[in-house]
Amino acid sequence: MNNKVTLKIPRPLYERIQQVIGDSGFSSPTDFIVFVLRDLVGDRALEKTDPEADVRPSVTNDEIAEIRRKLENLGYL
Amino acid sequence: MIAAHGGRLVNRIAEGDQRAELLAKAETAPRLTLNAREVSDLEMIGIGAMSPLDGFMGSYDLGSVVKSCRLANHTVWPMPVTLSNKGVALEEGTDVALVDENDNLLGILHLQEKYSFDKDAEAQGCLGTTDEAHPGVQYLKSIGDEYLAGPVWVLNMPTYDFANEHRLTPRETRVLFKARGWETVVAFQTRNPIHRAHEYLTKCALELVDGLMIHPLVGATKSDDIPAKVRMDCYETLLARYYPDDRTVLAVYPQAMRYAGPREAMFHALIRKNYGCTHIIIGRDHAGVGDYYGTYDAQEIFENFSAEEIGITPMNFEHAFWDKVAGAMASNKTAAATKPEDKVFLSGTKVREMLTNGERPPVEFTRPEVADILIDAMASKATV
Repeated sequence: MNNKVTLKIPRPLYERIQQVIGDSGFSSPTDFIVFVLRDLVGDRALEKTDPEADVRPSVTNDEIAEIRRKLENLGYL
Repeated sequence: MIAAHGGRLVNRIAEGDQRAELLAKAETAPRLTLNAREVSDLEMIGIGAMSPLDGFMGSYDLGSVVKSCRLANHTVWPMPVTLSNKGVALEEGTDVALVDENDNLLGILHLQEKYSFDKDAEAQGCLGTTDEAHPGVQYLKSIGDEYLAGPVWVLNMPTYDFANEHRLTPRETRVLFKARGWETVVAFQTRNPIHRAHEYLTKCALELVDGLMIHPLVGATKSDDIPAKVRMDCYETLLARYYPDDRTVLAVYPQAMRYAGPREAMFHALIRKNYGCTHIIIGRDHAGVGDYYGTYDAQEIFENFSAEEIGITPMNFEHAFWDKVAGAMASNKTAAATKPEDKVFLSGTKVREMLTNGERPPVEFTRPEVADILIDAMASKATV
């Protein structure tokens, strides 16, 4: 069974993608689109258990306080 | 504070409810055993040291890295970070439990892609050789032909029996630098004991910035490299006696060595940027092995990219030695000595021979306290 399907996208967008991928290593617009969609959909699938994963700050104030305590205990501070 | 590579410090350590849910998924998922390098890579991805990577590379990223030293989205990235299958039947779109060689659960991979890649092309592109005597090529030949790609979450951090008090994450070093008031920090990557030459380089660098992070690599290395445990004793002893405590930090870098010369020098630099360092020391033949790379290749590779896209600033150094004429450490750039006999330098082979014989190298080459630790280590190894 063929495990691929055909999607339609606007031709101007397709042509724009052709220009964008240029010398980037993608062999075709299809490769690029599959890459982008995998990145978007695949990652979200795993992250749906943590809906705030995308919006939480890199380090919260509580985390900073906890890290400071650890660094003090280890003698770094 | 310097931004993480790619703009955001990744955090793939699962916690709380998310961790509980992923643990439940991992229980029924097929299990894949990681080798030592893959365990290190998983840990590095989890703690954000590999930002912007949030998982093992897919074929587009790998192809782009091999070909042009960039991820598929054009971000500069010099080295493959891949996961090899070990003959496990796996389906794309499913989760895979990642375990260590003792079957301890470490993390979970959402498998987006299974693919094969031309290993000769990977070796030639990233290591500059396909010679099977090169340890990086040997590694590629030793792993399976199928790569597995997708985002990961770390569920349990790997455990170690040494240097646990020095295992700081990028978040922790960033908080540390800020707390110490350091705006500029230079990283020193090493997989060797620090002898006088490297002590000199680190102190020259420290003259120009606020702080110094000695960041030895403690992941897998060649069997003839000095074991990380022994090196840690050397670093701790050296720093306690010969470095300014308020300007120096010792933390470990849990990465496995690739021996990829110039590309690995950039890899080391970008990762140290994620740890919050603004500068990195790049010596001659950084991350090299044998004679695969030119003396200055690891310094010159940075010139192929703009300072903005690299972010961290390399500090290039010449080889250093004790200058008998000046009575000080120097390089060829600064030495008064012109004759080879006035420059105290010992080859690695000679040093190993002296240490094996229980003989201290000259104090101009290595600190006696460091020499004693190495002599003891050599003696214990000989008696095993």
